[in-house]
Amino acid sequence: MLIKKPADIRSSEITPKKLYQTRRQFIQAAGAVAGAAVGIEVLTRGAAVLHAVQPAAHGKKWPNVKPNPTFSNTNGEVKNSWEQITTYNNYYEFGVDKDQPAELSRNFKTDGWMVEVSGECAKKGKFSIDDILKGETIEERVYRHRCVEAWSMVIPWNGIPLANFIKRCEPTGKAKYIKMTTALDRKQMPGVQSDVLDWPYVEGLRMDEAMHPLTILVVGLYGEMLPNQDGAPIRLAVPWKYGFKHVKSIQKIEFVEKEPVNTWQRQAPREYGFYANVNPNVNHPRWSQATERRIGEFFMRKTLMFNGYADQVQGMYTNLDLKKYF
Amino acid sequence: MVYLGWAAYYGHLSANPLSDITNETGVWTLRFLCITLLLTPLRRVTGLNLVSGFRRMMGLYAFFYGTLHFSTYLILDRFAGLVDYPGGMISITTAKRIVASSIGDIAMRPFITIGFSAFVLMVPLAITSTKGWIRRMGGKKWAALHRLVYASAILGVVHYWWLVKADISRPQTYAAIVAVLLGARLYYKFKKSRPATARVPASAKASTDS
Repeated sequence: MLIKKPADIRSSEITPKKLYQTRRQFIQAAGAVAGAAVGIEVLTRGAAVLHAVQPAAHGKKWPNVKPNPTFSNTNGEVKNSWEQITTYNNYYEFGVDKDQPAELSRNFKTDGWMVEVSGECAKKGKFSIDDILKGETIEERVYRHRCVEAWSMVIPWNGIPLANFIKRCEPTGKAKYIKMTTALDRKQMPGVQSDVLDWPYVEGLRMDEAMHPLTILVVGLYGEMLPNQDGAPIRLAVPWKYGFKHVKSIQKIEFVEKEPVNTWQRQAPREYGFYANVNPNVNHPRWSQATERRIGEFFMRKTLMFNGYADQVQGMYTNLDLKKYF
Repeated sequence: MVYLGWAAYYGHLSANPLSDITNETGVWTLRFLCITLLLTPLRRVTGLNLVSGFRRMMGLYAFFYGTLHFSTYLILDRFAGLVDYPGGMISITTAKRIVASSIGDIAMRPFITIGFSAFVLMVPLAITSTKGWIRRMGGKKWAALHRLVYASAILGVVHYWWLVKADISRPQTYAAIVAVLLGARLYYKFKKSRPATARVPASAKASTDS
């Protein structure tokens, strides 16, 4: 008696001949689709990082800007262009990528800006930009700007000595430090949605540093009103210190007795200190500070002690261990 | 590569194009490593066999971008960072100084050490990527060696993580992708090592029943 052995595979499970014959093409097509999907995803992501960003539109000119060659010791070093200075910015309130501030700060409204002065001083209160500039001559200072990330620029800032404004505030004997705070505008600053830094951005200077003639309140660039991505309407420039000391869009100035904890020090105390003086002999824990890349150049430059301002500022630090107080 | 060239040509690089090139070649190395690691689990899930040929190609692309990234470091960071060039820019002296400064840098800066390790681990994989080498080594040995790619991907992510200043969201994304892809391997390994009761094909069951 013959027992019919059941077929191992039911006929319904057998792949149709046509499909079987075209399986290679099928796999290839599926592969191509998957590859294309991955490709498009990564390419568009890449494009978010690398796409042309427009430099700041040219705005209102400051009248009667007076060049100050005594404090512009960068003779022979080429100034960075308007485009470079307004498309390559570290301004985390408008995004962590260098090109984000140019785009995301475009509609930042600074009309009616007030700087609130408080703390150890006689003249507390709110000052408009006009109040701050009253009776002042806006100077052009061409300063080297050295970022802690080891890139640098040469920038023609327009501003007034911070010392002039401090004197008007009449600080008391208790005022040992000045603490400055960037605006924290959750509606207009998309970057503060992320907790990448402990907002608002805080910076500070010792009183003698703040009073130093090189320290300026900046309101302009290349003779024009300061573009938003560079810290409009008013920011700090302290050229012998790393860029992160140059607090932008200043909304509060406080005279304090104790050394304020600046934002980057709070973020990573092992990597960023209060002083942040440019110093080629004290490296960042993760990279060398001995050299820097000037934006627009291929070969690096040697970083200069106090960013080339040693003659003017080293006297303030004779009793300070610069390795400890980096 | 084409994309970088295109971006450079149309002025889409930032004011610091040298740093863009370094960053992009690095990120593309990671992307290709992720694609390489994706193919085996993808075959398990969908049955699509893109492993032969395509996986090798993706792995070699990762190595290619890793090489570009490392060369970028040597040229833009080490060579351009020498500042002065006694004996000329293209000379034995300069070459020696580049080697010395690179060794010092790789030894001193942890994120460079890690990145360099990730790259070095890819070298034997690229060399033994041919059919001839698979034959010579034998499939098992070859597969064991090529598991170094797991280490390379992990080190690559750590390298990225350690170099960023504050915003770790992008390294986190890559860490998550690599974790999922390596996790998938662990999952399948675990599944395989258990008695395969559920894995008897339905047709085989049907035939024993009848």
